[in-house]
Amino acid sequence: MENDGKRRLVFVTVGTTSFDALVKAVVSQNVKDELHKRGYTHLLIQMGRGTYSPTKCDGEDGSLSVDYFTFSSSIADYIRSASLVISHAGSGSIFETLKLGKPLIVVVNEDLMDNHQCELAEELEERKHLYCARPLTLHQTLMKMELESLVRYTPGDGTPVAKIIDRFLGFPDD
Amino acid sequence: MEEHHCCFYSKMLSKFSFGSFLIILSLFLMFRLLYVLYRCGKPFPKGASTSFSTLIVLGSGGHTAEMLSLLSVLRMDRYTPRFYIAAATDNMSLHKARSFEDSLAHKPSAVKESSLQYAQIYRSREVGQSYVTSVWTTLVAIVHALWLMIRIRPQVILCNGPGTCIPLCGIAFLFKVLGIRWSSIFYVESVARVKKLSLSGLLLYKLRMADQFFVQWPHLQKQYPRAHYVGCLM
Repeated sequence: MENDGKRRLVFVTVGTTSFDALVKAVVSQNVKDELHKRGYTHLLIQMGRGTYSPTKCDGEDGSLSVDYFTFSSSIADYIRSASLVISHAGSGSIFETLKLGKPLIVVVNEDLMDNHQCELAEELEERKHLYCARPLTLHQTLMKMELESLVRYTPGDGTPVAKIIDRFLGFPDD
Repeated sequence: MEEHHCCFYSKMLSKFSFGSFLIILSLFLMFRLLYVLYRCGKPFPKGASTSFSTLIVLGSGGHTAEMLSLLSVLRMDRYTPRFYIAAATDNMSLHKARSFEDSLAHKPSAVKESSLQYAQIYRSREVGQSYVTSVWTTLVAIVHALWLMIRIRPQVILCNGPGTCIPLCGIAFLFKVLGIRWSSIFYVESVARVKKLSLSGLLLYKLRMADQFFVQWPHLQKQYPRAHYVGCLM
């Protein structure tokens, strides 16, 4: 896919903590090259409390433009304007992206002590809603990524829970 | 001599009555405990009440989003008044709860501002805190939770982890045993738990403290048959 002059944004989010390994992985040369090859024009990184700041690049020479910020209250707006989202494995970011119907690569933080987060990402990958990677395998995942094979996620809601709670407490069904 | 006897008897009597008091008390508590364990998880009769005072325990980030997703489909006039509790270190969750309540304010089922309350609770242990200082902070957290629960005395508790809900649910259970307040605890395990329950979930399930227990992935329901599988909240 070649760049036809349109802005195609890759948005990277690490959530409320820090995840330097992810930031380093996305700005590594082979990942940037692969993104550029696939027609993405901008790389925007929300880096949280991380200490590693990547080199900014305005992309005027036709290369991938790189920019970053620490926090924002309007992450949803960035996701909405993105063509691809690369996210940490927190359930908030995952479902926010899936609900907006954006292609998603989740990168699992292997440094976390209680690493139950990969359970969710792996389950959703099995159901073909997203791709799951580690910082070191991000490049490989990008290489094999086929956006057409992703299945759109149908959001659930709390209706079944509400029904059971209502019945338990003796409320009539409406 | 007689005086001495009298004193002796009254001592015996007080000893006896104190001992029997202890025995009666522990029998009573044992009976209450068995009764509470028997009654837990049994549904209320139809039309038991028109509304229940409800405590909503907010986790953080993803947990709070899931809880609000549940609240958005509950008939809120049935769960009034409402008390929101979040961890002292979590400033976002109560803010989100407030904007959720503001969004309800236009609906006909809206409640008066006075029937909504928000509080923060100390956590027993922060990530990375040493175990020695956490003895003290755990004590503070329990006393604080007790104080809040005495004030609130909810009839319904909605929680979905993480650990913040454990002292509150424990105290609610104690209130049930002591006959202070009967409350129904509903626990929804987080969507992030696919194959294993969280520690909070495991405790509430194993100790039968949750009246109804919900999981969002089918695999967990197979492992924990008393849980309801309800699909993803998100």
